[in-house]
Amino acid sequence: MNATIAMITFRAMLGRRRALLLFALPLVLILLAVGLKVTGLADLEVSTGVLQRFGLATLLPLLALIAGTGVIGPEIDDGQIMYVLTKPIPRQVIVLTKLAVAIVLVTAFAAVPTLLAGLLMSGMTEQVAPAFTVGVLVGGIAYSAVFVALAVVSRNAVTIGLLYALVWETLLGNFAPGAKSASIQQWALSVTDVLTGATTVKSTVDLAVAVPLLVAVTAVGTLLAVVRLRSLAVASAE
Amino acid sequence: MSMSTIHDIGYRHYDGKRLGRAYTVRSLFVHNLRAAYGIGRPARAKVMPFLLGALMLLPAAGSVAIFAFSKEESALIRYSSYTSILQVVIAIFVATQAPVLASRELRFHVVPLYFSRPVGHLDFVLAKFAAMAVALLALMATPITLLYVGGLVSKAPDPADQLLRFLGALVGCVLFALVLAAIGLVVAAFTPRRGFGVAAVIAVYMLSSTFVGIIQGLAESQTNFALAGWAGLFAPFNLVDIVQVRLLGAKSTSVSIAPGLQGGVVALAVCALLVAGSIAVLYRRFRKAGLS
Repeated sequence: MNATIAMITFRAMLGRRRALLLFALPLVLILLAVGLKVTGLADLEVSTGVLQRFGLATLLPLLALIAGTGVIGPEIDDGQIMYVLTKPIPRQVIVLTKLAVAIVLVTAFAAVPTLLAGLLMSGMTEQVAPAFTVGVLVGGIAYSAVFVALAVVSRNAVTIGLLYALVWETLLGNFAPGAKSASIQQWALSVTDVLTGATTVKSTVDLAVAVPLLVAVTAVGTLLAVVRLRSLAVASAE
Repeated sequence: MSMSTIHDIGYRHYDGKRLGRAYTVRSLFVHNLRAAYGIGRPARAKVMPFLLGALMLLPAAGSVAIFAFSKEESALIRYSSYTSILQVVIAIFVATQAPVLASRELRFHVVPLYFSRPVGHLDFVLAKFAAMAVALLALMATPITLLYVGGLVSKAPDPADQLLRFLGALVGCVLFALVLAAIGLVVAAFTPRRGFGVAAVIAVYMLSSTFVGIIQGLAESQTNFALAGWAGLFAPFNLVDIVQVRLLGAKSTSVSIAPGLQGGVVALAVCALLVAGSIAVLYRRFRKAGLS
């Protein structure tokens, strides 16, 4: 970990108007939760549905994509990464610091709002709120590692990430159940499934399979990012 | 009395033909349209638009192939539903290509260079808007045309009705293209940082469609079908689908559709408002960027 790199990255992610985007996304979830609570519609089934569809399946991949690619992608694109790479700092320290920043951002803007929305809608019933928070957190760590690696490997990281999150996990998941099981979203849901007693949360993947897969994806993503950052070809900005 | 004089040092005036405003707009339009597909740029810029275009064609080609062998009419995907079924791919196209058109010049602060030439602010914005809309129209209309031609070649029944529905779907595509270009360009013009524009556009699409989906699900479980229908106005694909169903006589693809003829008229008005508002906002944005 390197405090200076972390600080610069935080400033790049949260400076000026950019923070507005990061604040606006979870705000929609909180507003939805408040609206459902006020109208008295927030029973257990509705609140698990909202947390799953909005928190886990929409907010989490979106924020992980913004944070994961945003911490390193723009710097590589405009060549500023050279000023960091030419300092005597090991590449794994750079990658781990960037990854840590991404995870902190996902925690602050996806996991915490999920907890708040869950508590607002259903309190502590069946442990729904903490279960989804843990699910979003572990999913967020895996997503962040994958998207940081993508940003180091490809210039089209954001688009590839979107193709994975939307086309693979959502569109193909509806037609081919196999594609659904091979997704970070389902593995995170599996963790949530075990932690809550609510029967409306149903994952297609066993916990014994999901946890090793989450750990493996995170480790492979981090390793790939370190290896590719060792021999990074820096071209001029397009 | 001043001693300064102007010396004629022999610069020649331009006496040739002036090509005029139409030529300017046409040039800007063609340039932006090419940029939307990465033509005239390195291969890296072409990968994504053409990959997404191929993804759009795949289901249509598969559908025609299955129909040609099995002669099952249900194998042909309905023309008017095609855009809604593949809305995710179209949304990703808007998200990746709208920043190419709307944020790149802002990011590198080169907008004033355009306006130091006789290019009107409104012309500049209209050319960009038209280019994005035409790029989207090509993306959406090509697979539908493939479906229609494929059906025609393999002798789908009732050709007159097919043609009518095909033309209806094309009109729907034009509306989809205009609405999506309006939303995509405005969002991208306010997020010039690389990568953020893409994320912001897709965030608007995903949040609105998920939000509306949840509201519609809840409203239908309360048997409040009118509310479910009107909620569709707030998600872009559902909005245009309302116009398709209520005014163009298509069958519904979305979860819920606003009721009656008035639903269609209101949806069409919302579309028009979006397009006009978008052009107004883009005009102000680029005029301001052109001053610095």
